[in-house]
Amino acid sequence: MVSIDASVAGRGPAPGAGEQLSLKAEARSLDFYYGTFKALKGIKMPIYQNKVTALIGPSGCGKSTFLRCFNRMHDLYPNMRYDGEIRLMPDDVNILAKNVDPIEVRMRIGMVFQKPNPFPKSIYENVVYGLRVRGVNNKAILDEKAEQALREAALWNEAKDRLNDVALEMSGGQQQRLCIARALATDPEMLLFDEPTSALDPIATASIEELMSQLKKRVTILVVTHNMQQAARVSDFTAYMYLGELIEFGETDQIFIKPKRKETEDYITGRFG
Amino acid sequence: MSAIAPTVQDRQVSEMRSLIASGKRKQVIFAAAGVLCTAFAVLVLIAAFLDLLIDGLPRLSWSFLTSFPSRRASEAGILSAWVGSAMVMLVTMFSAVPIGVGAAVYLEEYAKKNWFTDLIEINVTNLAGVPSIVYGLLALGLFVYQLGFGESVLTAGLTLALLILPIVIVSSREALRTVPGHIREAAYAMGATRWQMISDHLLPYSRGGILTGIILGMAEAIGQTAPIITIGALTFIAFLPPLPVSFEFPFLNFEWIRSEFTVLPIQMYNWVSRPDKAFQLNAAAAGVILLAMTLIMNGLAIYLRYQVRKKIKW
Repeated sequence: MVSIDASVAGRGPAPGAGEQLSLKAEARSLDFYYGTFKALKGIKMPIYQNKVTALIGPSGCGKSTFLRCFNRMHDLYPNMRYDGEIRLMPDDVNILAKNVDPIEVRMRIGMVFQKPNPFPKSIYENVVYGLRVRGVNNKAILDEKAEQALREAALWNEAKDRLNDVALEMSGGQQQRLCIARALATDPEMLLFDEPTSALDPIATASIEELMSQLKKRVTILVVTHNMQQAARVSDFTAYMYLGELIEFGETDQIFIKPKRKETEDYITGRFG
Repeated sequence: MSAIAPTVQDRQVSEMRSLIASGKRKQVIFAAAGVLCTAFAVLVLIAAFLDLLIDGLPRLSWSFLTSFPSRRASEAGILSAWVGSAMVMLVTMFSAVPIGVGAAVYLEEYAKKNWFTDLIEINVTNLAGVPSIVYGLLALGLFVYQLGFGESVLTAGLTLALLILPIVIVSSREALRTVPGHIREAAYAMGATRWQMISDHLLPYSRGGILTGIILGMAEAIGQTAPIITIGALTFIAFLPPLPVSFEFPFLNFEWIRSEFTVLPIQMYNWVSRPDKAFQLNAAAAGVILLAMTLIMNGLAIYLRYQVRKKIKW
């Protein structure tokens, strides 16, 4: 099938093969605490522009915690603390700084959650919600953006005749693509995916994976996944985390074929985890 | 397993059966006792209701609803009482709803969890158990004397609003809590501010539950007698308050909230305490109306709750 070819081809030449990598974000000695529990320990890791970076590791290793630092989701809950920095390019701003408004960060970096979580509103209102929050109320602009986002999320053909139906009536896979469209409609610089397919069946999973491979032309993607095949299929870079530490980071091919660290190899080959 | 199996096998079958039979006998006895208790409660309720209906129904007529109280029982009606009740309810609604829902939103979404909010929470819950006459005394001191609202529709409405605030707050908080965390996170992840999250998502999705609480509160308020007596509602009123709507500019008129008034329970209380049997029949008829209003409100609340549960599946 063309789609699979496209997704493989979409990965492009290996980053080492002369292609210029540009940095989109970088974690610098990032610590994170839930109360007194240190959930992230000195994470230092680059996120490259227009690439898919996968975070893998056993449950409780801190990969979701790390992901949720990028849109300051932790700020919603009490008793937490960030230490260190996440620098976001091109303006090289530390998005964890106290004087940076989390809302501003969330406007630049979108998120797709584990469980599809559309609002119990119409499909249309779901897609344009981010624009409404940003004060856009011009019907023509909203219509155009909604169509564009739904097309990018490969949902336009299924949704165009039922834009006013309640989003909860859609299938799980459609709901997840709607959530992707909702995040895309505001033109984010980066998209965070928190195990986006763990609640979906294999067919819906395949369509989401294909989507990610295509979307990276437009946005930088960071994805947490429990599924190592998925990491191997969709990502350009992979980070293996364990107990809050970054054990190994590298090109996905290198991580899966020739991991440098013994722990990474044990996890990937299924001897551990 | 191995420890139990031999003893079961050793035991005589008849012994086992008699054990089961005695267990079942106890079950039957308990079930029968349960049916009796339930039947008693329901029967008493039905009896009271039927008694009211038998006494009151013959008196119910259009003129009963459109006549003022009178010295002659056969000519007396509840016009001033039900209009008074409606106006008091209007004031109660417009004060209890914004304050109650506002407090619920604050406690659920804004307040940090510390000893102070715990204290407020315990207080709000306990307020629901305060005897209504205490609210009457508070209102007499505060609204009637201190603030000089007089023995008016306004005072009564505010008093009942205070009385039902705990109900509105508690049920609104419960309704807000039913909106799952992942919906909140979805809104925040889109860059929504806290208020945008509340007004675009929380309040619309919990609307049904909040409305249910408001209606139950109103049903509670409409039957209240003690606090209304305390603040000095009149028992005999042969005039209507000025209409809230007028045909001249500015079309709305707020004189009615300063007007003296009576309400249905007071009218009933007044008639019941008269020696003439005919007035007691009037009281029963007014009781039927009051009961019908309460039942309709409760029914509406149940219907709304059912609709909400059916519609939203997260």
